[in-house]
Amino acid sequence: MLKLVGVSKTFFPGTANERRALRQVALELAEGDFATVIGSNGAGKSTLLNVIAGSLATDGGAIMIDGRDVTKLPANRRAGLLARVFQDPQAGTAPHLTIEQNMSIALTRGRRRGLGPGVGRRRRAEFREQLAVLGLGLENRLKTRVGMLSGGQRQALSLLMASFTRPKLLLLDEHTAALDPARAELVTALTEKVVADSQLTALMVTHNMAQALRVGNRLVMMHEGEIILELCADQKRRTTVADLMDRFTSVKGQMADRSLLS
Amino acid sequence: MQNAIEQGLIFALLALGVFLTYRILNFADLTVDSSFTTGGGTAAILIYNGADPYLATAAGCAAGALAGLITGLLHTKLRIDPLLASILTMLALYSVNLRIMGGPNVGLNLRDGQPVETIFLPLKQAKLMASWQAVGILAAVALALTVVIVWFLATNFGLAAQATGDNPQMAVAGGISTDFTKIVTLMISNGLVGLSGAVYAQFQGFADVGMGIGLILVGLASVIVGNAILGTRYMALAVLGVVVGSVVYRLVLYYAIYWEIAAAGDMRLISAVLVVIALVISQSERLRGWAARISPFRSATIPEPLTAPELRAEPAEGPTPADPTPADPAPARPALVRPAPADPDQGEEG
Repeated sequence: MLKLVGVSKTFFPGTANERRALRQVALELAEGDFATVIGSNGAGKSTLLNVIAGSLATDGGAIMIDGRDVTKLPANRRAGLLARVFQDPQAGTAPHLTIEQNMSIALTRGRRRGLGPGVGRRRRAEFREQLAVLGLGLENRLKTRVGMLSGGQRQALSLLMASFTRPKLLLLDEHTAALDPARAELVTALTEKVVADSQLTALMVTHNMAQALRVGNRLVMMHEGEIILELCADQKRRTTVADLMDRFTSVKGQMADRSLLS
Repeated sequence: MQNAIEQGLIFALLALGVFLTYRILNFADLTVDSSFTTGGGTAAILIYNGADPYLATAAGCAAGALAGLITGLLHTKLRIDPLLASILTMLALYSVNLRIMGGPNVGLNLRDGQPVETIFLPLKQAKLMASWQAVGILAAVALALTVVIVWFLATNFGLAAQATGDNPQMAVAGGISTDFTKIVTLMISNGLVGLSGAVYAQFQGFADVGMGIGLILVGLASVIVGNAILGTRYMALAVLGVVVGSVVYRLVLYYAIYWEIAAAGDMRLISAVLVVIALVISQSERLRGWAARISPFRSATIPEPLTAPELRAEPAEGPTPADPTPADPAPARPALVRPAPADPDQGEEG
């Protein structure tokens, strides 16, 4: 479903601040895969998501989604294939638009937007049904402006908006990081539910190792722009947070040695 | 007074255009100052040369839209800041407007001793200018356009345009080409401004190269006054408020001069001060709360209590702490607008 071949990205090339955020990253997700991505700050996790979503252009390599080469497509033209939930609960919704209007924008993602009504009776019924899945009572507040919702509610709505259209690929960028623990739990549970219900292919960045091990069927660890560890479902089940930490420390040590020697 | 209301209704078209850029797109578009003249000048020169006045008015509207297209292209394709892009178009259009009109002004009252045929000629001949009948006709036009704009904003494309101004990041992630929505909305906005200019030129009987100077201020004042009166909670009321605001603005000008509170030349200064006050109010939490309390329609600025059972789906881990991220009241839009430089030579026509 998703295939990355030799994807590289360097920020500020040729300057003192040059930073190689992605080095020849290769990654393949099969249909229905739910991979979690972990790594320390600056490992390139977010850059990876931005490059896949098209918010950042790559320096080299190719990105394929559902067999289509999207490497050169701008973000808004990839939107028909993928959907995204951001870390900031404010980022995924339009605060001055109502819940149903936000849902309408999500529904028409990647389609031509003409002069048909944004929210008609049929759509409203569908939105109500979808919102009921969240169990937050939002289905009774279709005409509430999204800016009135709490961070947790907004993030749950963002998640629903990203998933109910069944995109080929769902990108989750530390989407629970800005929430308090209870809200984060709720949104994580919702995430697992919608991904399972709609059988989505998903890539979730997190900095919570326990969450990364618990959620999804694959795990990817990044460090300094490279994928240093990939676990399949079986391996993932047997791995503990302590194992991951060990693994991370040893790889980091090796890499430090390597950079000292080179 | 009817004359002031007529003017208010004609300038309401301009204010509707300003509403689309300033409120919907969050784009401080100063093109208005010149696209008004472009619309007025285009219509005037066509009418002067014998064109059908309605076609000429439509041409004025199209010319305004073209001006909006230029600003849109400067901003989206050449990545020029909105304010600067619109100022560049505004300044460049001054020269273009002189070319269009072939001089600094075009008269529309008499040509070769015959009255020039404008859209107002039938009213003038029936001695119905500044009458309630004329007010009714203009009000019908303004209301029809209000309905069209409210409809437009509720369409799929209209929602995309709203999202573009409200949260560009979300809009792009939702597959919206924000460049395209900006360009189209700028064209519609300046089309309305051009239409306003075309009608106003025929109303006052001439087009003048300076007729648009400072009108961005009039448009902003109308939007702000109107939204203060009718609120922004419902889109239909917000758009209707713009028309109301434009009429109220003209009436205030009219009475300020009528009762000799102010001279015609003072109006720019007063308008600018009004806009500044309104912007300050809209940005200050405390003042906003105060304004919300005294106004019956402005409940949008007070977060409604969260009565929904938002904790229902919470995993059973004992009591949940209060939500640390409370509902944020809709954040104030950044003040993008600098008052246009006041031009003391340019008296208001109030």
